[in-house]
Amino acid sequence: MLTYTLRRLLLAIPTLLLISLVIFLLVDLAPGSPASEIPLTVPPEVREKILEALGVNEPLHVRYLLWLKQFFWIEPLNGIDALFGTGFAEGMQRIISYQTRSPVFPLIAERLPQTLTVIGTAYLVGVMIALPIGIYSAYRQYSLFDQFGTMFAMIGFSVPTFFTGTVFIIVFGVWLGWFPTKYDTTLEVTDWASFLRQLRQMAMPVMVLGLANAAAISRYMRSSMLENMKQDYVRTARAKGMSERTVVLKHVLRNSLIPVVTIIALGIPSIFGGAIITENLFGVNGIGAALIGAIRGNDLPMVQTLAFIFAILIVSFNLIADVLYGLLDPRIRYD
Amino acid sequence: MTDTAALDKPESQLAAVWRQFRQHKGAVFGLCVLGLLVAFVLLGPYLWQAEELKVSEALKVKNKPPSLRFPLGTDQLGRDMLDRMMSAGQVSLAVGFVAMLIAIFFGTFIGVMAGYFKRLDGPLMRLTDMFLALPLIPLLLVMVMLFRDRLAKVVGPEMGAFLLIVFAIGATSWMHAARIVRGEVLALKEREYVLAARSIGAPPRRIILRHILPNVVSPVMVAATLGIAEAIITESVLSFLGLGFPPDFPTWGRLLHDGLSYMQLYPERVIWPGLAISLTVLSVNYIGDGLRDALDPKARGR
Repeated sequence: MLTYTLRRLLLAIPTLLLISLVIFLLVDLAPGSPASEIPLTVPPEVREKILEALGVNEPLHVRYLLWLKQFFWIEPLNGIDALFGTGFAEGMQRIISYQTRSPVFPLIAERLPQTLTVIGTAYLVGVMIALPIGIYSAYRQYSLFDQFGTMFAMIGFSVPTFFTGTVFIIVFGVWLGWFPTKYDTTLEVTDWASFLRQLRQMAMPVMVLGLANAAAISRYMRSSMLENMKQDYVRTARAKGMSERTVVLKHVLRNSLIPVVTIIALGIPSIFGGAIITENLFGVNGIGAALIGAIRGNDLPMVQTLAFIFAILIVSFNLIADVLYGLLDPRIRYD
Repeated sequence: MTDTAALDKPESQLAAVWRQFRQHKGAVFGLCVLGLLVAFVLLGPYLWQAEELKVSEALKVKNKPPSLRFPLGTDQLGRDMLDRMMSAGQVSLAVGFVAMLIAIFFGTFIGVMAGYFKRLDGPLMRLTDMFLALPLIPLLLVMVMLFRDRLAKVVGPEMGAFLLIVFAIGATSWMHAARIVRGEVLALKEREYVLAARSIGAPPRRIILRHILPNVVSPVMVAATLGIAEAIITESVLSFLGLGFPPDFPTWGRLLHDGLSYMQLYPERVIWPGLAISLTVLSVNYIGDGLRDALDPKARGR
């Protein structure tokens, strides 16, 4: 198991380096250069100095290596400094946002909690909805419930989240007035009343994201259950006279959860992608909204960093899924 | 098998696929809905022509509710929504279709190369894995933002946006097709008829084109159908975030984006394009489902 994990881990490093190169080149070679952001009234020699200070005149490979060093060495050091009050990273050049002229990482750290609360809850809700639907659809295959479940899943992954989101806003926000249409990021949970307000404003983005995820997961749960229901050990368990409840919820469910757990882990990065849409729709001030803001403002360092963080999320959750699968199902390991 | 059955004219493969396809209620429903949508988008403009209004006239009829003159009402600039829905639909469907073609072309090419030539397998599959790990929506947004103006200068804003988005979506969604094709080719390569072809000295190019490609058509068809749905969604996401098509050359996603600011007063402006996207994707997904069942010879007998 250890060699398996190590091998997966080592394979992830070149992948990440390649992705970082792709992201860096794509953003760096693009025509929208920071020079065009400087007002034309600035005299040429000052313009030169500004560009030099931004570090855009260096050759490409120098900038790439510098960016890598900043991302993987200086920024973590800064993180340690901020946590423990040490001074490892003093005087080192950090990744600076073009928009705010301040380091990128604290800006992202500010945004991350909002994204995590909304997305985390949404994913949890999605899994909570999906598992029972999948289990019961498989247990009563071709029943009315199963057909409704199939339709729900089909609609769930066909209707884009931005449309479910707008419909939710129109119905629950505008017509019924149950939930606020915009997410208030400044709200702090201090007592029961503010907690309720937080719940109410989270309800719509969480439901939108959760339902979209529930659709896919419920399908996987169903097919995995169906596969296991046909196995011999299920017949044995029934023949031994076990109750239907034990057979389904203990024997079948545990075995069918193995592939579903990996699917759940694999789905986490894509939900961050989905968050870009919901955050813009509901005005959640998270990293998805930060990305759109940075793209609109031509803020290359911010865009590069955020895109790379998304890539790291994808690669690491793929890794987690692989290792989990190996851990749960010994047949998968090659060692 | 009895004699009478042997005497019957054997069913052609296409007919068998069609017969199986019709068994799938969802797929037939999807085909009907998609047919209606395509007819609405392609034939609609012949049946319904929006009046040519001057700016001053258009401003007088802005934000009108549905009426005989404007069946779906007008938008904030007095443009006929029905007319806009039809032209937007043309672009949306075209984007989905062309992006799918590009993705399938790349996917099949890479899949065949990786499956047939052992030396290419490792590198090409690593490339596929890397593409699968790219954060697609952020990258697409960045690509559109960075290259839109440059391309617009060369081929005009409309063609520029179309080419850029179609190519960007196509170039980032070929991976599933490549994986499917590679798997199929790996299995097909070991079959006797391929061995026979090789033993009479057929070059790899001919073996691939004559013997292998025709046999991977069915999984590729399914992947292609689902690819259309995905491409339409991706395009509408870009347009929805305001980084897709320009407002005077709208897609359904762009119409939805434009309607968002007036959502509280005129919700129908968001509902119509959203419904069109959802119905298209839903029906395409159902068709893909039906095709998968129909094209699988193991399932066909049942």
